[in-house]
Amino acid sequence: MISLSHYLILAAVLFAISVVGIFLNRKNLIVLLMAIELMLLAVNLNFVAFSHYLNDLSGQLFVFFILVVAAAESGIGLAILVVLFRNLSSIDVEDLDSLKG
Amino acid sequence: MEFKTILFYIFSTVTVLAALRVITARNPVHAALFLVLAFFNVSGLWMLLQAEFLSLVLIMVYVGAVMVLFLFVVMMLDINIERVRQGFWKNLPIGALVGALLIAEMAAVLSGRYFGLANLPAQSMPANYSNTKELARVLYTDYAYPFEIASVILLVAIIVAVMLTLRRRKDNKAMQSSDQIAVKAKDRMRLVKMAPEVNLPAAKQGEQA
Repeated sequence: MISLSHYLILAAVLFAISVVGIFLNRKNLIVLLMAIELMLLAVNLNFVAFSHYLNDLSGQLFVFFILVVAAAESGIGLAILVVLFRNLSSIDVEDLDSLKG
Repeated sequence: MEFKTILFYIFSTVTVLAALRVITARNPVHAALFLVLAFFNVSGLWMLLQAEFLSLVLIMVYVGAVMVLFLFVVMMLDINIERVRQGFWKNLPIGALVGALLIAEMAAVLSGRYFGLANLPAQSMPANYSNTKELARVLYTDYAYPFEIASVILLVAIIVAVMLTLRRRKDNKAMQSSDQIAVKAKDRMRLVKMAPEVNLPAAKQGEQA
């Protein structure tokens, strides 16, 4: 029988993997954005699991709104990425230091 | 073992493996495709949790729209993979340490011995229960105002994405239709008042005679 903690631990593993991905891919902004998507997915998995086991639909509504915000975030993030690549010809995070004094 | 238990383990194993490949793939296109695989498997897990609407929305919105957008951008940019991979393995020890700590702490808390999470029973809905209908009932009554704010957020995201990537080229030879409409007749043609030409060419003496 699958209990709530199975789902919570799976989401924790997913979240940890995406944190490690942010550590590893410091030079690649695209994979960084993908790791953020993976984090949001882990959080959404938590919300849906709690919503199922507590028999409360509000969790699924929250996932709905998180999906909206995540779609907006990835769209704007990719637009910023395109502008960045057009100006710098690079997607390295370390090259984003033009505001450094 | 129950069939749903087997399904849970298959879906979660594939999800974790795909997530690992997302963060370690050399080629960003492969990373995007593995992320699609992870989304599909998580949508299967949500189906197991009887969140049918959200699991289908995840496939349609994420796989159908967001990941296609990612793939477009990845293929549009000319990425130097060798440069991108520099320092990849240098950051691995500290990253792995943080990740292992995260997993260990969360597993210690969430494994169910301390908060009685295992006592929560899995819900089973009647056969004619419609997840979509119930979600819609809540969404359009209690959450109607957040729903409208969500639509405004999406509108702002559209405008921002267009405005960020819009570029006016200097050597563009396209027509400016607003300038064309605003033009007046007197900008194009000027009527000049002038006296009529009266002096006839002087006749030669020899031809008159």
